[in-house]
Amino acid sequence: MGLIEARGISKTYSLGEVDVRALCPTSLTIEAAEFIAIMGPSGSGKSTLMNILGCLDKPSSGTYLLDSVEAGGLDRDQRAEIRNKKIGFVFQGFNLLSRTSAIENVELPLLYDGLSAQERRQRALTALKKVGLEGREYHHPNQLSGGQQQRVAIARALVNNAPIILADEPTGNLDTKTSAEIMDLFVDLNTHAKITIILVTHEPDIAAYSKRIIRFLDGCIVSDEVKKTE
Amino acid sequence: MINVPSTIRISIRALRVNKMRSALTMLGIIIGVGAVIAMLAVGTGARQKISEQISSIGSNLLIVLSGASTSGGIRMGSGTRPSLSLGDSEAIKRECPSVQDVAPVLGGTAQVVYGNLNWSTGVTGTTPSMLSVRDWQLSSGRSFTEDDVKGATKVCLLGQTVVDNLFGSIDPVGSVIRIEKIPFTVAGVLEIKGQSPGGQDQDDVIYVPITTAQKKLFGTAFPGMIRMMMVKARTAEDLFRSEQEIAELLRQRHKINPKQEDDFTVRNLTQMLQATEQSTKVMTILLGAIASVSLLVGGIGIMNIMLVSVTERTREIGIRMAVGAKTWDIRLQFIIEALILSMIGGIAGILVGLAVSEALALFAGWSVIVSPFSVILSFGFSGVVGIFFGFYPAYKASLLDPIEALRYE
Ligand SMILES: Nc1ncnc2c1ncn2[C@@H]1O[C@H](COP(=O)(O)OP(=O)(O)OP(=O)(O)O)[C@@H](O)[C@H]1O
Ligand SMILES: [Mg+2]
Repeated sequence: MGLIEARGISKTYSLGEVDVRALCPTSLTIEAAEFIAIMGPSGSGKSTLMNILGCLDKPSSGTYLLDSVEAGGLDRDQRAEIRNKKIGFVFQGFNLLSRTSAIENVELPLLYDGLSAQERRQRALTALKKVGLEGREYHHPNQLSGGQQQRVAIARALVNNAPIILADEPTGNLDTKTSAEIMDLFVDLNTHAKITIILVTHEPDIAAYSKRIIRFLDGCIVSDEVKKTE
Repeated sequence: MINVPSTIRISIRALRVNKMRSALTMLGIIIGVGAVIAMLAVGTGARQKISEQISSIGSNLLIVLSGASTSGGIRMGSGTRPSLSLGDSEAIKRECPSVQDVAPVLGGTAQVVYGNLNWSTGVTGTTPSMLSVRDWQLSSGRSFTEDDVKGATKVCLLGQTVVDNLFGSIDPVGSVIRIEKIPFTVAGVLEIKGQSPGGQDQDDVIYVPITTAQKKLFGTAFPGMIRMMMVKARTAEDLFRSEQEIAELLRQRHKINPKQEDDFTVRNLTQMLQATEQSTKVMTILLGAIASVSLLVGGIGIMNIMLVSVTERTREIGIRMAVGAKTWDIRLQFIIEALILSMIGGIAGILVGLAVSEALALFAGWSVIVSPFSVILSFGFSGVVGIFFGFYPAYKASLLDPIEALRYE
């Protein structure tokens, strides 16, 4: 059985009288150490899937097993624990604490992991260095560019050394050069640390870094292709 | 595992973002705690004063007055028609086993002159027993004696107020003063006693032998009569028995048959004062309760602001939850925030309460006592208020759905 096992998961939002189907019943198996790109037009349900995979949201139907544990059967705190220890999430909208410095934003997952202040600081500094934000540690998000904020968000996803990284358009605000650096970082994590990476992107260049591409259209998977290793 | 020091740091930072709001929220608690402390200080001060006064008039005291106290028809107030005699007081002392001592009283106001100074004061004829009945010592000289009473000699004891007005800082013992133009030798000076429960200056007094008062100063149509007597029972438990023994003895001595009314009244002074003390206690509790209401209102203010804060920071809560904050991480963050508000408010309130009490003592002349108990009580209470009123907003915050909280605008 895979690290991530989705069996017929779907998501329907009901807005008063109309129901919006954000995700068709979808089945998906992802093994440990895979590197997956999810592509598809805007509104096709990519973020919806990511939220479910990240234990942030619950599917309307179907079962989702993470590491053989059924996520639907867990309580709030157990799900929080999974988000804290197993998943590094890069949000599409960054979701940084605005009145808090970059380093403290990066430290946040460690705060809820009970690490000592000293170790938190150490690991956050390392993570910020990896995303090329040395010297910006004590800037607040509103003192950083969009690309820099995005990199703080990526550093926060790296800091807890989670076995799975879910990144929703992690390079959306980055220039080609920085994008390439971040992607190299992901590739390195994937090949050397065997971290499972699932990222959403609109750019074929970025998707090219992955080993498997899943395409979405109107909430359904339309293609799922594993790249032939050349 | 919850990281308390970090949570406290987060809470303090959140409070500092809205300094004005935090300060105004604290103000509610400051006023509440300040009011509790000041009110309890006023109440405790009043009680303390009354119990001081109780001990100043002497303990286990009964007062026997001429005339009846029972109602019925038009009658003169007790003490107006003399019915008690010196013989009665001696008989009580001799025959009532539960009575320790008796001091007869016959007095009035008189003009007192020393050199070119004069003073109008209460002159009381009594026996040396007065000092033991009222637990009163002399600050200088000696008391007059039973022999002085027998011989109706012209000696007197002066209260400190009289000394101050006639002698200033000179020691009056041995000097001769004139009471209603009659020369009296000062035998001793009474120790300072302060105010009576009725607010009178107990030191504005002159004691002379009762016989001298009867014969020379306040001679009445009823020779040998006294106006009242002060009786000291052996113990507090003996008070009631003394009352009965005295009544029985006096009825017998005055030949009052069972159908007739008493021509005297026995009053239990201690009991009366204890009733006053009791009512002051009730007043203190009442004042404290009213002040607690303002503390409660301050608590509601905290809850109000915390609810606003939770709504404003929905996204922040969502982010924290998304990276792994658990129910109690979020709850504790907001409870600690409320607790910091109420505790700082509590400390400031204690200072305000102390200042107000001090000001009342200084400017209004009230006797105020800030007991450590009231400080601990109100500080503890403000902490409880913080936790109590902080819990609901914290609880609400912890129940947010992470994904919805993240989408909140
Ligand atoms: N909370 C919500 N309530 C109602 N509808 C929603 C909600 N969230 C998402 N949707 C709908 O679900 C569908 C899928 O949304 P989703 O955010 O997954 O798209 P996406 O593929 O991530 O798009 P994009 O590339 O623009 O980020 C959209 O049609 C959207 O309108
Ligand atoms: Mg999206």
